[in-house]
Amino acid sequence: MVVKSQESRAIKNEDDIAVVRSSVKRVVALLNFSLVNQTKIITAASELARNVLEHGGGGEARIELVDEGDRVGVRLSFEDLGKGIPDFDKAMEDGYTTGKGMGLGLGGAKRLMDEFSITSNSPSGTKVSITKWQERI
Amino acid sequence: MVERIPILKIGETLLVTIQVDFHDRVALALQEDLTDKIVTHSSKGVLIDISSLEMVDSFMGRVLGNIAKTSRLLDCHTVLVGMQPAIAITMTELGISLQGISTALTAEDGMELLKALMSKKQKRVSHGRQIARK
Ligand SMILES: Nc1ncnc2c1ncn2[C@@H]1O[C@H](COP(=O)(O)OP(=O)(O)OP(=O)(O)O)[C@@H](O)[C@H]1O
Ligand SMILES: [Mg+2]
Repeated sequence: MVVKSQESRAIKNEDDIAVVRSSVKRVVALLNFSLVNQTKIITAASELARNVLEHGGGGEARIELVDEGDRVGVRLSFEDLGKGIPDFDKAMEDGYTTGKGMGLGLGGAKRLMDEFSITSNSPSGTKVSITKWQERI
Repeated sequence: MVERIPILKIGETLLVTIQVDFHDRVALALQEDLTDKIVTHSSKGVLIDISSLEMVDSFMGRVLGNIAKTSRLLDCHTVLVGMQPAIAITMTELGISLQGISTALTAEDGMELLKALMSKKQKRVSHGRQIARK
């Protein structure tokens, strides 16, 4: 997999969530994603950016255009150095929340995308990566 | 100062058009402003046009749901109009169900629905008076 382009956006306040959304929107528009898939990607990005702010105390989003020859895609990574997630399985469950949300963000982002991975950031914190692919035309 | 979404009063209803930049604080401010206006104008219906929204995430879904729930407690109905199909598909996959919110495809249909919801209530009220008189 080749990374064609990459940009980073800091997530420090609520306005930054909107900035991440519009940056993602601009990038996915380059890839001929259908409107439904564009909406799914932007929504997943919004969920994970909000998690970085709400649960991770702020962090960063990385937006990459990736290329695998017969398909191209967008890979989004959300990193923070917050308290981390003690139990990934539990956090992924719909309805599980330690805040006042609906507990839909993580599970929902996974459903909306093609690939989803969640890891612990060292020495603390969380990293979530999501990818959506598009056949090359 | 938080940017605020204008709320138009037309008779017994309030009209809100949500702009593209539905930031978190703007959403929360709208929730507050609408509640205030429902009370000050004794509004019976709220029509929210989301046709220019490009997505609804779990936060916005929660705010919209709270607006509907709160207005219901204040004897007011909320109808959401103009949701793009792509958003409906995405919200369903995300797992957001806008329980308690009535929806219509167009603003016109939404006004009709609001009228129907509001008149249903008036009938119930007059029925209640009848019983009280007996
Ligand atoms: N970046 C993070 N750092 C620490 N904990 C996190 C992080 N992201 C998610 N979590 C934990 O996982 C739980 C589930 O996250 P999820 O996004 O699914 O729901 P939520 O954020 O609580 O609510 P919603 O997203 O529906 O508003 C959170 O309540 C939180 O405990
Ligand atoms: Mg969340």
